[in-house]
Amino acid sequence: MAISVDEAVSTGPARDHTPPARRFGGRGRAVLEVALLAVLAVVMLFPVLWMIETSIKENRDVYAIPAKFFGFKVTLDHFKDVFVASGGGRSALSAAFLNSVVVAGVSTALATVLGVPAAWAYSRFSVKAKKDQLFFILSTRFMPPVVVVIPIFLMYRQVGLIDNKLGLILIYTAFNVPFTIWMMKGFVDEVPAEYEDAAMLDGYTRLQAFWRFTLPLLLPGIAATAVFALIFSWNEFVFAIFLTSSDSVRTAPPAIAGLIGGTTVDWGLVAAASIVFALPVLVFAYLVRKHLVAGVTLGAVRR
Amino acid sequence: MSDPVPLTTDHPGQVASATPPAPGGSRRLSDRWLAVAFISPALLLLLAMSVFPLLWALYLSFTDYSATRGGAAHFVWFENYTAILTSAQVHLRALTTLIYVVGAVVLQTVLGFTIAYLISRRTHGRGLLTTLFLVPMMLSPVVVGLFWRFMLDAQFGVINSMLGSLGLEQVEWLTRQRTALFSLIVVDTWQWTPFIMLIALAGLTAVPKYLYEAASIDRASEWFRFRTITLPLVWPLLLIAVLFRAIEAFRLFDLVYILTSGGPGVSTETLSFHVYKVAFLGFNTGTASAYGILMVLIVIVLTQLYLRYLNKLKED
Repeated sequence: MAISVDEAVSTGPARDHTPPARRFGGRGRAVLEVALLAVLAVVMLFPVLWMIETSIKENRDVYAIPAKFFGFKVTLDHFKDVFVASGGGRSALSAAFLNSVVVAGVSTALATVLGVPAAWAYSRFSVKAKKDQLFFILSTRFMPPVVVVIPIFLMYRQVGLIDNKLGLILIYTAFNVPFTIWMMKGFVDEVPAEYEDAAMLDGYTRLQAFWRFTLPLLLPGIAATAVFALIFSWNEFVFAIFLTSSDSVRTAPPAIAGLIGGTTVDWGLVAAASIVFALPVLVFAYLVRKHLVAGVTLGAVRR
Repeated sequence: MSDPVPLTTDHPGQVASATPPAPGGSRRLSDRWLAVAFISPALLLLLAMSVFPLLWALYLSFTDYSATRGGAAHFVWFENYTAILTSAQVHLRALTTLIYVVGAVVLQTVLGFTIAYLISRRTHGRGLLTTLFLVPMMLSPVVVGLFWRFMLDAQFGVINSMLGSLGLEQVEWLTRQRTALFSLIVVDTWQWTPFIMLIALAGLTAVPKYLYEAASIDRASEWFRFRTITLPLVWPLLLIAVLFRAIEAFRLFDLVYILTSGGPGVSTETLSFHVYKVAFLGFNTGTASAYGILMVLIVIVLTQLYLRYLNKLKED
């Protein structure tokens, strides 16, 4: 069983171990603990709040010294600038967002199609040196991207995949397949193999048993895994910046990073673009919160 | 129920029992075929996109190839490796990386575990608190880097503004040698403390309650309970989280690129960033490949350690 946030947060009443004599001290301590937690929460959330504030401030308030926390005029101009170019028409940023959707979507679909059957096979069959194979698969995911990108760059230059969406899709798929296999193997392990055995006694082949009985049970797991793969590809920056350059191919992360290239930086626009970029990730992450522990450890930790 | 396959018609049980020896043998054969058919596409992709590039990098690391100059590559054997291992520049970057990795991982482990411990002692609002604390982790390093760059800006950054209103001196966070690396550590800690918190929380809630009850019957002190029950049970999981973070921090590139671009001077240049400079600004592809291969070796050692502990945790 994977430990989920929900489980982690809904365990019954407080453990009250404090013997009666020490109750009073215990209450003082509880207040202190809540206060400490509140301070930490404010520190952790302040940057996010500040980003939201900056995105809805007018430029003159963005650069105000001292910084304005309250009482600024709210404007949605920065969000408009994210999608609409200054002369009218679509902005380069909105094109980049569209590219991100295509690249992340297609690479996630490919990784799922390749990874789910492999995970099922690793879970069900005795494969030679299974453990070594699985460890090898996971370790490819740990390679430093800056190192991998050097030979990939040369390779792509040979076959004309530089500044090409297909090139990005391929490398993202390769980075998501190890994750998909590890994550999905956990889900497949949770579905009893006896279901397939029973189906095969009824005359189905192994493949049909997988397709008709196991796969439907795996769908929630596949959805959760795909969402994580989607987040990884969506957030990826290193390959995107080295392997693409033109506006028609570039994904959102390098496009947003490109906003600070000039002499003056429009921080309101940067903030608005960052929020538009981060919002889908947060929504998706909330949807798969039950599987966060497994997801963020690349499917390695689940109990 | 769904329709069975045409061949088996009405009496599938009979078909299976009519040919007793065959199903076992042919099934095992078809199982093996299925396994190969299902696993090989994924493995082939990994071979093409991960293993082959690394082998190519290994080959290049023994040559003086340059991506821009072109022309044939000449074998120089271990020249690139000796150049890197003896370079004072590389030693400096290794030290920077070490300070960064150790500093960030220690900070986020202490903070993350503290937050998890505090949350695990609360009864109300745990779900909301956990969700809120997790936000930084889900953001792209690009967003995190850009935003902190704005907040840490010496002129109109909000951090200096707050310091100013407290009557404290302004700090040039990202443009002073000493504070830049510190800022990098702080930003990484901000983003990844939730990761440690999440995993520590999973460990903390898995500690069986009867252990605490038994301890409280024995009137064991809070510290004693923490030291003898909580920590030993959470430690294995926490160690995995720490190793995972160490690997990630060692590989880190994007945050450095966005936040400081290695500056001021070379004070925040990690090994990852230096490889990039050698490869894409210096165009010494051969040297950069050797550099990269050495980094891969370190990652492999760390990954082995990680996987070994993971295996141990799974066997328990």
